Amino acid sequence: MTAIDPTAHLTAEQIEELGRELDAIRDEVIASRGEKDAAYIRKVISAQRKLELTSRGILLFSFFPPAWLIGTAGLSVAKIMDNMEIGHNILHGQWDWMRDPKIHSTTWEWDHVSPAEQWKHSHNELHHTYTNVIGKDNDLGYGIMRVDEDQKWHPIHLGQPVWNFINACFFEYGIAAYDLELGKNLHKRRRNNPEFRARAKAVGRKIRKQVLKDYVIHPLLSGPSFLTTLAATFTANLIRNLWSHSVIMCGHFPEGVQVFERRSIKGETRGQWYLRQMMGSANISGSKAMHFMTGNLSHQIEHHLFPDLPSNRYAEVAVKVRALFEKYELEYVTGPLPKQVFSAWRKVFRLSLPNKKVKTPEPEKELVAA
Amino acid sequence: MTSAALRSRAWKLLELVTTPLLPSDYLDLVSPLRAGADLRGRIEAVHRETDDAATIVIRPGKGWRGHVAGQYVRIGVDVDGVRLWRAYSVTSPTSRTDGRITITVKAIPDGKVSNHLVRRMKPGTVIQLDQACGEFVLPKAKPAKVLYLTAGSGITPAMGMLRDTEFDDVVMVHSAPRKQDVIFRNDLHDLVADEKLRLVELHTDTDGMLDVTRLEELVPDWAERETWACGPAGLLDAAEEHWARHGVTERLHTERFRPTVVVAGEGGEVTFSTTGKTVAADGATPLLNVGEEAGVLMKSGCRMGICFGCVTPLRSGAVRDLRTGEITEGDTGVLIQTCVSAAAGPCDLER
Repeated sequence: MTAIDPTAHLTAEQIEELGRELDAIRDEVIASRGEKDAAYIRKVISAQRKLELTSRGILLFSFFPPAWLIGTAGLSVAKIMDNMEIGHNILHGQWDWMRDPKIHSTTWEWDHVSPAEQWKHSHNELHHTYTNVIGKDNDLGYGIMRVDEDQKWHPIHLGQPVWNFINACFFEYGIAAYDLELGKNLHKRRRNNPEFRARAKAVGRKIRKQVLKDYVIHPLLSGPSFLTTLAATFTANLIRNLWSHSVIMCGHFPEGVQVFERRSIKGETRGQWYLRQMMGSANISGSKAMHFMTGNLSHQIEHHLFPDLPSNRYAEVAVKVRALFEKYELEYVTGPLPKQVFSAWRKVFRLSLPNKKVKTPEPEKELVAA
Repeated sequence: MTSAALRSRAWKLLELVTTPLLPSDYLDLVSPLRAGADLRGRIEAVHRETDDAATIVIRPGKGWRGHVAGQYVRIGVDVDGVRLWRAYSVTSPTSRTDGRITITVKAIPDGKVSNHLVRRMKPGTVIQLDQACGEFVLPKAKPAKVLYLTAGSGITPAMGMLRDTEFDDVVMVHSAPRKQDVIFRNDLHDLVADEKLRLVELHTDTDGMLDVTRLEELVPDWAERETWACGPAGLLDAAEEHWARHGVTERLHTERFRPTVVVAGEGGEVTFSTTGKTVAADGATPLLNVGEEAGVLMKSGCRMGICFGCVTPLRSGAVRDLRTGEITEGDTGVLIQTCVSAAAGPCDLER
């Protein structure tokens, strides 16, 4: 493939200058972080808890169809809030600065089958450091899909639209397996590694607790509504999984997002790291409510530049970041949710076939050797 | 099955319902002061004492076990969204029956927490609390004669004692810059009017700093008195020397609000092994600050080496006590106070 590097027009000095400008944006937010931000996250946490409690309360009477509908809708939203705006962001350490042990990345646990500790390693350390570097960032297709021309095609990829759909429905289990690096660790040699076994046990415990709560305890508490509550919690988990899968696909898979070669990050400077984050992420445009429900991952570019800034500040940061994209003549990949989801899915379909069979290769989809 | 066992069984069941959260996470939303909750308190009123001091009325949660006159309490307050812990003497008597306690705070220049408490704290705010602690307390057996030797905000534990226990013969020698800076001045003069206290009030702006040798003339029988002294390090150092010189050290009880810091050297690489962070630290910055700046969730308290709220295992390496210069080497079971310890070479903290 011929490399058309969308950052080729930038000199090394310009890239470092860009880095300094981004540092300044970050410093501004940190200097003004305070009481209002703390009040925001506490309000969101409190609202989520009240919503979850109310929804589960309503579901005790889920044999009554309106109660089922309202309860399921409420629980779905509560679970999405828990995972996205609250869990994901707290586990990133976005709220550690408050020094509140109850809202801290080292103590938080979320409504998800992957234990927070393991997710933090694969997500915060691997994905955020090696964003979109082929062979380093396993988020590129989660090890089951081919999402870039430069990933080697294998016949198994023919089925990737199906894998992706199944992964979307049971996304939290996909993440847990991914955090365990099951693909790699199930090999005979590694299977008995005590460290892997301990981690697998922790996942097992977490799954047991989650399943017991959602599919045994709460249905039992509902008495005659046992089956309808079971269906409700299953539906809520499904909705949460489909939603978070869609949001996450929009972050790095839509057309226009760049991937990088392993060797391209050797000796990477601060400015180059920033540039890779800018080119390797895509945003979702939309209303305030939409941003909130994505846990502000709709500001994926800003999140990747500053993973530890409080999520409620990404919207204001985005204005400044976008201005920098314009100043440095870079493409800010963004679009409404349906468009971005479609774009990501189209790529999953297209790349299920080997490269040469692609009739109309997208010109912008090229490898960057920045 | 006992009721306690039954309750713990029910609680376990409730945990299955609320996982991954705990039942208390939900209960805290409606009842942060309930029995069984982490100890908290609600600020009910803030009364101004002087230009820069205020008395804060706190209703502690159900778990509060009370205090002994002279003790302090650690409080955790969110200032600009950041939780900061400080220790303040309890100034209300143990006999107070309305379930509230008071602390009295003097705003010190650049003091984040003290200024917040004195100038911006709003009634209704819930703060974090610890149980009262401290050894600077009245003995069970009443001494015949008592002297309180205090200066500035050092009056606060003494006021807690004065309000708590009446003695037949009690003298207070208190120094403050000016008349209007004397915290509790009206209360003190009321006690004088009731003949419950003899007060020597010194204004250092006009009278100069108290020279402890002047006690001979101010309180001729000072050496016979059980004495509680609290104030700046200079006063306490002088008092300790004076009492020692007259061979009556056992009569003197002191409380220091701030550590006396000696110059430290070296520094080194600090590893927070639980969090997996390694940072460089100089030999003068407390490890507590080093950890906090690195984003590690450190335990903290008085930040002056008295409350032991910050003790953390030192697995290996060496730290220097910023007050004494003493070196502590890490090993299993070695705990250090991070607020008054700095790196003396590379060290590994379990945090």
